[in-house]
Amino acid sequence: MNVTGGSVFQVLQSVLVVLIAPLMLGWVNQCRAWLQNKSGAGIWQPYKVLNKLFHKDVVLAHGASPLFRATPYILFGCMWLAVGIVPVLATSLPFAPAADVIALVGLFALARVFVSLAGMDVGTSFGTLGARREMMIGFLAEPAMLMTLFTASLISQSTSLVTIVETLGQRELVIYPSMAFAAVAFLMVLLAENARIPIDNPATHLELTMIHEAMILEYSARHLALIEWATSLKLTAYVAIGIAIFVPWGIAAAGDWAALPLALAALALKLLAAGAGLALLETVSAKMRIFRAPEFLGTAFLLATLGMLTHFLLER
Amino acid sequence: MNLPLHAQLINLFAALLLLLAFAMLTQRRIRSLINLFALQGFVLVLSTAVVAYSTDQLHLYVSAGVTLGLKVLLLPWIMHHLIRALNVRWDVETTIDIPSTMLIGIVLVIFAFNLAAPISQFAGTITKSTLGIATACILLAFLMMITRRKAVSQVIGFLAMENGLFFAATSATYGMPMVVELGIALDVLVGTLIFGVFFFHIRETFESLDIHHLEKLKER
Repeated sequence: MNVTGGSVFQVLQSVLVVLIAPLMLGWVNQCRAWLQNKSGAGIWQPYKVLNKLFHKDVVLAHGASPLFRATPYILFGCMWLAVGIVPVLATSLPFAPAADVIALVGLFALARVFVSLAGMDVGTSFGTLGARREMMIGFLAEPAMLMTLFTASLISQSTSLVTIVETLGQRELVIYPSMAFAAVAFLMVLLAENARIPIDNPATHLELTMIHEAMILEYSARHLALIEWATSLKLTAYVAIGIAIFVPWGIAAAGDWAALPLALAALALKLLAAGAGLALLETVSAKMRIFRAPEFLGTAFLLATLGMLTHFLLER
Repeated sequence: MNLPLHAQLINLFAALLLLLAFAMLTQRRIRSLINLFALQGFVLVLSTAVVAYSTDQLHLYVSAGVTLGLKVLLLPWIMHHLIRALNVRWDVETTIDIPSTMLIGIVLVIFAFNLAAPISQFAGTITKSTLGIATACILLAFLMMITRRKAVSQVIGFLAMENGLFFAATSATYGMPMVVELGIALDVLVGTLIFGVFFFHIRETFESLDIHHLEKLKER
């Protein structure tokens, strides 16, 4: 691998993921609409929304601090960095050594802290309410996420995502029973962290139930557009982490141009499947009360712990 | 770790069994509980079939077939039928809340794994490391029987325990003798039928299936 090849791949991956992230969200929404016997808004709808929002004028609340204005950019930056680190298209990218899975979880936590602070910044009751709920979900989801990633790390003896992908995907196929537990736990964390249906309904603006929407209620125009974009990036980043850990086949090595078409095709296929699966899961399940969320995420944490225990029992 | 493929598959099914045991422990709905029980039975069938294939033992195929007919098809059907006849579709009530149950479950799993570790070191079978999981499944089913209030979910706990025992038998010794296995299968079937009759009696006497009422020894 030469340095230029790696850099080109890095740029390619970052730009590609940023561009297709709204498409991923549109695909999930479209699948949901189909499953509910609706015609749906089309998979390009998120782009139209972003375009509309970028052309509007920003309305800021009185007393909004610079933090409030900076948060959308910080959020977007964090998520963009995250998709640069996760091996979506290729392993051993120049960015990859910058952060292992623990730092990656920290990056998501950083974004969460800023969004919560911005939610409380303007001083409306909804923002505060949403921020508190988000922090509650966050502090429950984070340990579960870390335990899931530790299970994969135990198998590959490294916390670096690149090593994990190389161990699991580019060697001979070995079935790891502990990954079954980790996969279920990861799915639960993914749903909770991305404000999907059992925990939060991304389509709702009902005061009593919204979590993520309540925090960003005060944002408008380009700020809102960046936040929406970052939300779709976060979803894509989580799906990409899931792909990297659980179905890593087809991810190319950086600088390997021959493997790129295959990697692109595999990525498209996996994202399509993941989006459809997510939509199906959201359609068949009902949103749970917020006080059930600790139970849901506690279950995720315990399943991830069980995965580690199973690893010690069966795979050593 | 360089196990042959069938050993890996058995390990995977063992992990799935444990996963389903936990899912049953946390399940609140009675119908989903029965479906999970059927699914657990199905995983058991698959693992038994893989053990049978890898060790070339004909009687294990038979017992996999018996398990398929009995625990995947017949018993869940009987339970669904009973629930419809009793007209009960309540959420399962537990004596301790579900997160605490899960924590106790984790402790039980660690206990079971530690308990089985020295035993499986001396075992020569390809499935030796799954003994811990089988023990954990049995203990988790025990826990489910203890924490559930209603008679139906206790019976499902009992049946799940039998699943765990069956898995322990296949994993530790490649299955019990055919006569014993058939006897147990028949016992489970008859036991469930008798339980079904009991459900009706309990409900007629107390107008509820809460076994809490059975603790009172007074004549009514």
